Amino acid sequence: MALKDKTTGADEGLLRRLRDGLPLVARPFQAIGEAIGRSEADVIAALRGMVDSGVASRFGVIVDHAALGFTANAMVVWDVPDNRVDAAGAALGGRRGVSLCYRRPRRPPVWPYNLFTMIHGRDRDEVSALVEELAEACGLSDVPRELLFTVRRFKQTAPCYGRRDRRAA
Amino acid sequence: MDAPDLDTTDRRLLDEFQRGFPLVPQPFSVVAERLGGTPSDILARLKRLIAGGLIARIGATFRPHSVGASTLAAMAVPPDDLPRVAELVGAFDEVNHNYEREHRLNLWFVVTAPDAERVRAVLAEIEAATGLPVLDLPLERGYHLDLGFPLWR
Repeated sequence: MALKDKTTGADEGLLRRLRDGLPLVARPFQAIGEAIGRSEADVIAALRGMVDSGVASRFGVIVDHAALGFTANAMVVWDVPDNRVDAAGAALGGRRGVSLCYRRPRRPPVWPYNLFTMIHGRDRDEVSALVEELAEACGLSDVPRELLFTVRRFKQTAPCYGRRDRRAA
Repeated sequence: MDAPDLDTTDRRLLDEFQRGFPLVPQPFSVVAERLGGTPSDILARLKRLIAGGLIARIGATFRPHSVGASTLAAMAVPPDDLPRVAELVGAFDEVNHNYEREHRLNLWFVVTAPDAERVRAVLAEIEAATGLPVLDLPLERGYHLDLGFPLWR
């Protein structure tokens, strides 16, 4: 199965089990192994493989930023000329308050933006100020942009990589 | 639980283990060695932080497209109809993020599935069920992935 190849030994069972988070017991990898019929060493090796190969961007504590007081965030989108977008993406990624930075296609005429960032702050003013700072620091003050503040979270769960056996409504 | 109620050890647990959580047989012993305290104290703190909603889980975040396929999708939903449409969209197991944002395109969601064909099928099913067009914005290049970010530093 393609999933298994790409995740260096991590099968769907392990990925599905991980969606619930690491069990809070002294030997959590052993507990996962028991649940999916693999050894503790096997589970640890598979997870290390995912992190080392870059398949997993990280393994660790996944905090809820809203619960921690980072209640404001916006998807900030930029219409960067094609010949500048890679440099802009590299400049924006990794700066304070920026959790994601991706290039996606424009869809004219409804959607002119090609660079997407998520910007987090403790309130709207902090997010807006941060965006001004970022634009200036990254030479993007001349580039059209929009701030799509988050109003409501309807759903946020870990991604579903396995096959589903239930029809959605 | 409010952030001000957190002591130094709680804050360090939240801040210093977003990446590089020890992948060893007894990880909470390693965490305890670094932060002080006993493994059972660390476990009790983690249980409390999870119960309080400050930690969603301990686990992995995946580089887009390294496992399965995904896309970011957007819809312009009449505001009065948004709760109904959002519920319909969120009912798909493949939809793992679903947000209202301030824009004419007011509903934004991520679809993740084992393959691109299933992602396209979900978008088509959502269009059919809602009668609204879905904007499909697949990732072309990632400059910065979800690496967590400093909370207090």
